[in-house]
Parts: sequence; structure tokens; C-alpha cells
Amino acid sequence: MATATADHDAHANPTGWKRYVYSTNHKDIGTMYLIFAIVAGIIGGALSGFMRWELAEPGIQIFPGLASMVYGHEWQSAAAIDAGKHMYNVFTTAHGLIMVFFVVMPALIGGYSNWFVPLMIGAPDMAFPRMNNISFWLLPPAFILLLMSMFFEGPPGGMGTGGGWTVYPPLSTTGQPGPAMDFAILSLHIAGASSILGAINFITTIFNMRAPGMTLHKMPLFPWAILVTAFLLLLSLPVLAGAITMLLTDRNFGTTFFTPDGGGDPILFQHLFWFFGHPEVYIMILPGFGVVSHIVATFSKKPVFGYLAMVYAMVAIGFVGFIVWAHHMYTTGISLDTQRYFVFATMVIAVPTGVKIFSWIATMWGGSLSFRPPMQWAIGFIFLFTVGGVTGVVLANAGADRSLHDTYYVVAHFHYVLSLGAVFSIFAAWYYWYPKMFGHMYSETLATVHFWVMFVGVNLIFFPQHFLGLNGMPRRYIDYPEAFAWWNQVSSWGYAVTLVAVLVFLYTIVDAIMKKRPAGDNPWGEGATTLEWTLPSPPPFHQFETLPKIK
Amino acid sequence: MSQRETDVSKLLARLAIVISAFIAWAVPTTAFAQETGDPVTGQPTDGAIGFQPSVTTIMDSTAAFHNGLLMPIITVITIFVTALLIWVMVRYNSKANPTPARFTHNTLIEIVWTVVPILILIVIAIPSFGVLTDQMTTPDGERKYLGSSIFSRENGEQVPAAEITVTATGYQWYWGYEYNDLDGASFDSIMLSDEEIAATKPGQPRLLAVDNELVVPVNTTVRVLVTAADVIHAFAVPAFGVKTDAVPGRINETWFNARKEGLYYGQCSELCGKDHAFMPLAVRVVSKEEYAAWAEKLKAEDDVEAANMTLASLN
Repeated sequence: MATATADHDAHANPTGWKRYVYSTNHKDIGTMYLIFAIVAGIIGGALSGFMRWELAEPGIQIFPGLASMVYGHEWQSAAAIDAGKHMYNVFTTAHGLIMVFFVVMPALIGGYSNWFVPLMIGAPDMAFPRMNNISFWLLPPAFILLLMSMFFEGPPGGMGTGGGWTVYPPLSTTGQPGPAMDFAILSLHIAGASSILGAINFITTIFNMRAPGMTLHKMPLFPWAILVTAFLLLLSLPVLAGAITMLLTDRNFGTTFFTPDGGGDPILFQHLFWFFGHPEVYIMILPGFGVVSHIVATFSKKPVFGYLAMVYAMVAIGFVGFIVWAHHMYTTGISLDTQRYFVFATMVIAVPTGVKIFSWIATMWGGSLSFRPPMQWAIGFIFLFTVGGVTGVVLANAGADRSLHDTYYVVAHFHYVLSLGAVFSIFAAWYYWYPKMFGHMYSETLATVHFWVMFVGVNLIFFPQHFLGLNGMPRRYIDYPEAFAWWNQVSSWGYAVTLVAVLVFLYTIVDAIMKKRPAGDNPWGEGATTLEWTLPSPPPFHQFETLPKIK
Repeated sequence: MSQRETDVSKLLARLAIVISAFIAWAVPTTAFAQETGDPVTGQPTDGAIGFQPSVTTIMDSTAAFHNGLLMPIITVITIFVTALLIWVMVRYNSKANPTPARFTHNTLIEIVWTVVPILILIVIAIPSFGVLTDQMTTPDGERKYLGSSIFSRENGEQVPAAEITVTATGYQWYWGYEYNDLDGASFDSIMLSDEEIAATKPGQPRLLAVDNELVVPVNTTVRVLVTAADVIHAFAVPAFGVKTDAVPGRINETWFNARKEGLYYGQCSELCGKDHAFMPLAVRVVSKEEYAAWAEKLKAEDDVEAANMTLASLN
């Protein structure tokens, strides 16, 4: 039912470079997104490597030399030290922006969703294939703009923008007078446009192109997660676009939206930013929720427990995610009553999130579990996301957040939910769908080694950061008092372990491509019940030319 | 169906026992830093895993709330989820359980795992709102503050009304302090380099020591008006439980009342540019008599170095 028919070859598909550059095929575009995310992930991860290297011991060691090498300052001069200090901020800024906009979102939304939303809902392709092409091809210029910004003047004596990924004014306006910040803003505009177009495409596809008989309440959880995510993108990104456009006009055209001298207010930007920024963190994690549900069900040989509760938990998380933004702003001087409201609203999110965690465990309960690589990553995800989730409950309380805001505790928290949560779901999906996407199998031994080394490494990096934060170490610091030395050193060793894990990951890919072990249509057995496993591996260039019927 | 219900209730009973056992174990073992020996106050300690020791009513309640309630609860939840994961991996792996069950619903358990988290959140919320309200309410002399007894204001402490008002202004990259009650006498507070520490304040910690500390009297409520002149900074002193952003064009109010003399350090807590890590806050808490002499000198001469000469700890 689902193979390409002979007459189909009639409309010649472009080959060679045109196949990708002109691509309107959701699977080719998905593959390009995944490759893009891996490349951006290596760059973003390398930036954090320099940060952890610098922080391995007290004092300023690495960045002045780096600034001398990259920007040509005289070795060990005062100018090199100043440039190095700024360069550290440029690295934290770029690391954050790259990981959010050019790694996690392209991997989960552009990559896996492009590949598997059409397959799982029984559609031949996305609703707007040409728009899909431009969604992807907007990303490389956006990424290049961001990388270029690191080589343009920022504040006096420094290159690049060091305003943090949150780009709070006035540091991002009067504090970074050079053109570097404008490049970063335009990069975000383009990346945002790419995501908005993608979101429109997913919403249209999911609403209109489901196979006959697949009602919304029969739709698999991954497309559901993407549907909620797409709505979050569609509603939040325009707010970010507005906010950074106001930054741009404040910087270049004399407006004073965020400048008190002209009647503006820097706090306004924070409200706008976090009205986007908080849904954004759910944008990064909801697709992971969808992935993990499928993997847990597949390897438990048991249907997902509480399907409807899982669906509406995601809808609830998405909705509540829009009304909790100021919990990022407890220390900005917002009123007591405002803080009380945001404490209350934020804690509400713990309930649907708990439902999801317990439902995954209940899916496993009574199942027949096999611990093949995707399942290892999925169980790892559940554990790490729980750790990140409970520290989120701590931070939700403005009374406790007063001591923890802007410390390493927050850094640990959001890396547990994103760097360990979302990234583990990316790897889980990678090992789950790799045989389907590319038609051959990877070495499960190598994938298992990758999991364990990475699990140990990331916990070594981020668990000690809770202690640093509790003891008062602020984030975005290039240097720290000697009393923070021990846990910083442990954290940096954790980076070294994680680096080994990343090398194992890359080697796993090389090994898989070299050996080309045949994967078969369904390498996971009876537990894998969604539509993509009914297709050959890799699926034909166009699938479902006869639509599957869902009972 | 009834068989399943009894299984579930048995399971829940067992879980309740496990949870209460964990609470009994976790609460006394989550001792955080304060209890051992005579710890260094006012600055971080190497290898520490908890808050810096508290010297204010506000930090008492923050620490009691975190160490006594939040930390035990999240520890128990994490251990509980981990235990469940380990249990399903052991009991339901394909060797132990070759034939999977097919159930996908259990209304009772779904209600339980929705309602129990709500109850836990309510238990957290009650002291949470109390601690928050205390932090945000400048004392009038009458109001009782929670202190360590976060569940009951009855046992709380009265804190005297604010006697001193200081305006702290964040600059790139140092702090300026203005004493509003001393005819606006003001001075800047700049981080000392390693050489300057060795020359003038030997033994003080690198990156935390400053030339002129904010001098305040012990057991006195100090109101701090926090603002900034260029970009956003943040006024933060961990031992006081105080953190307030310094925003250009706004004045944010916070307060503290330190019960112990000594030096208390904090660090700028909002990214403010290249020297963000190099604009610490240092508060010197002195006796009321010493403060009176210091304040008189500062008011008369508007010269902080002359005023500092009156302090015994600086001679």
C-alpha cells in the first residue's frame, strides 16, 4: 500500500545538489535539519568547552590568550585581558543562542518532526513543501549572521555581543554600541521567521492531512506534541520579533522603548522577552515528551498508559506555559502581588508534568522491557528530567528564588531539563529512528557506551553546579573566589567526560555508515505500532500515495 | 476489576510506608552547612553544598524553607521516581516478564497522581507565600517575621522599623553608596586587585574585597534603595538573603537587619558587561557605637577614608 509506484518516476526528482537545495521533500529537509543541528551542536558545545576550561580553576587563564589569537591583541596586554573578559560573555551568549535556536529546535522540530509527523499521520508530505524548503534555508544564513557577529565590534575594546542570550537592555543597547549586536538581532529575526513558517506548516499538516480514520484523539503522541509546540511557536515568536525590533530601533533610530531617559523602561523588554522565553522552554521539551512516549511504549511492548491524559497534559503545559513568564523576573522589583500570582501559576505546571512522568512509568509497569539504546536514553531522560523538574519547583517559589536567582543553581536547573532532558530526547529519537531514516543499523554496543559515558559526564558537569549556586556563585562569571574552586573543577572534569561521549557518538555514526548493517522495516518488533514502521527503511521518496486507513 | 483495585490499594499502602520512611530519613540528614563547627560567615566555603550561614531573619526563613521543606520534598520525590524506575526495570524486564500486560488505564491511580502532587504543592505554598511576603515587606516595628518557624507567624520575631536608608547605585563596574540620612554623604566601593589586598587588607578574599565597604550597625534595620546608572546590575548579599536588581530609571527597595558583626560579601548578580565578575558588594557590620562615630565623621567631612579610620577593625 505504501510503496512508490512506477509511473511516479515520471516527474523527475532533482538529483545531486539540487535534490537538497531545491528540496520540497519532507524527509530530505528533515535530514538537512538534523545535519545542521549536529554541526551547530558541535560548535555550541565547543564554546561551552572553552568556558569550562576557563572555569576549571580560579583566575583568568584561557580567554585573554584566545582573544589575542582571534582578534590580534598583544599577548598578555591589558587590552587582551579586557577583550578576553568580554569574549567570555560572547561565548556564553553564543552558546545559549546556538543551543536554543540552532540545535534543539532544528533537531526536534525541523529534523524529527519533518521526518515523522507526515509518516505518523499517514500523509504523503507536509502541507506546504516549498515553504518547508524556505523554513530550512533561512536557518543557515541566520546561523552565519550569529557567527559573523562574533567578529564585529561590540562594546569598546571587544568583539561580538556579550549581552547574554536574554539580550536585556540597556546592556544590549547602549552597552554594546558596535554592530555585533545588530547582527545577532537580525539572526534571531531570521531564525524566528524560519520557525514561524515551520509552525504554520505543521499546524496545517496535522489538521488537514491525517489519514482517513485518524481522528485527533487517535493521533500518535509525537504529532500531538508537535501540534502543541507549533501553536506555542506561532503565538510566542512574534512577541520576540517585536521585542528585538524595538531593541533594533532603540539602538539605531533613536527610539526609547527601553530607555528611561525617554520615558521607556528596561523591564518592559524583560516582560516581552520572557513572554516568548518561557513558552520557548516548553517548545524545546514538548517534542521530547512525544518521542519518549513512543520509545517507552515500543520497548515495553505495551500501549502508552493514559493516552488522553498525556495529550491534555501537554495541552495544559502549553497553555499554562504562557502565563508564568515573570517567574524569571522575581528580583526585578515586580510587586509582591505579582510575585504571588506567578509563584502560584508556576507551581501549577508541576501537576501535568508529574502526570507525564508517572504515566511513562505506568506504561512500563506490567510491560516486557528490553533495554536497547533508545530505551536507555528514554529512561535516562525520565530520570534527568525529574531532577531538573524538582529543582524547578524550588525555583518557582519566589522566596527561595531570591537566594538562587542568577546563580549556578539556575544554570544547573535549566541544563538538567534542556541539556540533559531535551538533548537526551534528541539522542533517544536519533537511536530510535536512525534505522528508519537511513535504512541501516548502528552498533548498539557503541550506542550503549555513548549513553553511559554521556550520562556520567553530564551529571558530573551539572550536579555540582547546584552546590555552587546554593553557596552563592553567580552565573556568567569568568572568574570566581577560591571558595568555589572544588565544585567548578569537578564540573570541568565532567565536561571532559562528556567530550569523550560526543566523540563516541560521532564514531557511532561513522561506524554505522561504513558497515551498513541492514535494518529491516521494523527493527524494534511488535511494540513499534505507529505508521512509520509499516514502511520500508528508508521510506520511499514519496510514501502513502494510497492513503492508509486507520480503524 | 475489584481484584485490580485491591492490588492498587495494597501498592499505595506500601508506597505510603516507603515515603514516610524516606521522610524520616531525609529530614534529619539534609543538614546544610550551618551545623558543623564555627563556619566562616559572609562568604562562600570551598566544597560547601548549601547556603552560606544566615545572619538575618529573612535568610533564616529562606534557609528553613529550602533546607527544611523544599529540599526534603524534592529529595523524596526524586528517590521515589528513581525507585519506581529501578523497580519496573527489574520486575518487568523481558526476562522476568515475557508477556506484557495490555492495560492502558486506571482511573484511581491517575486521580492519585494528580491529587497528591496538588496536596504537596499546597504544603509548599503556605510557607512559600509567608517567606515571600516577609522579604518584600519593609519592617514597621510591629509586624512579626517568620524567621525559622516558617509555618507559624505566632512564634515569629519582631524586627525594628528601618532606621537607616542607603541608596546603592550600580555602575559599570563598581557600586556607589549614598547615606540618605547623613546629608547624602556618599562614596564608591571598588574591588581591590590582588596587590592592593596584600598591601591594605591582607587575608581578605580575592574578587570579594573592596576599598570601602558599606558600613552599617548591627541589629539595625537598613533600608536599601537600589538603582543603576548605566546597565542593569543586581545588589545581592547571600548571608542576608537579599537580592534586588539595580535597574536604570527605577528604584527598588529592599532591607536587611544583620544580627552579627563582621564582613559580608556579595557579588553583582545581573550580567552587566566585561567586568560583571569584578564588582563585588561588601558590607561591614559594626557595633552601634562604632557606627555612630563613623557616621558622624562621614557626615562632617564627607570623606569615607577619614571615617573608616574611626573603625577599630580597620586600624
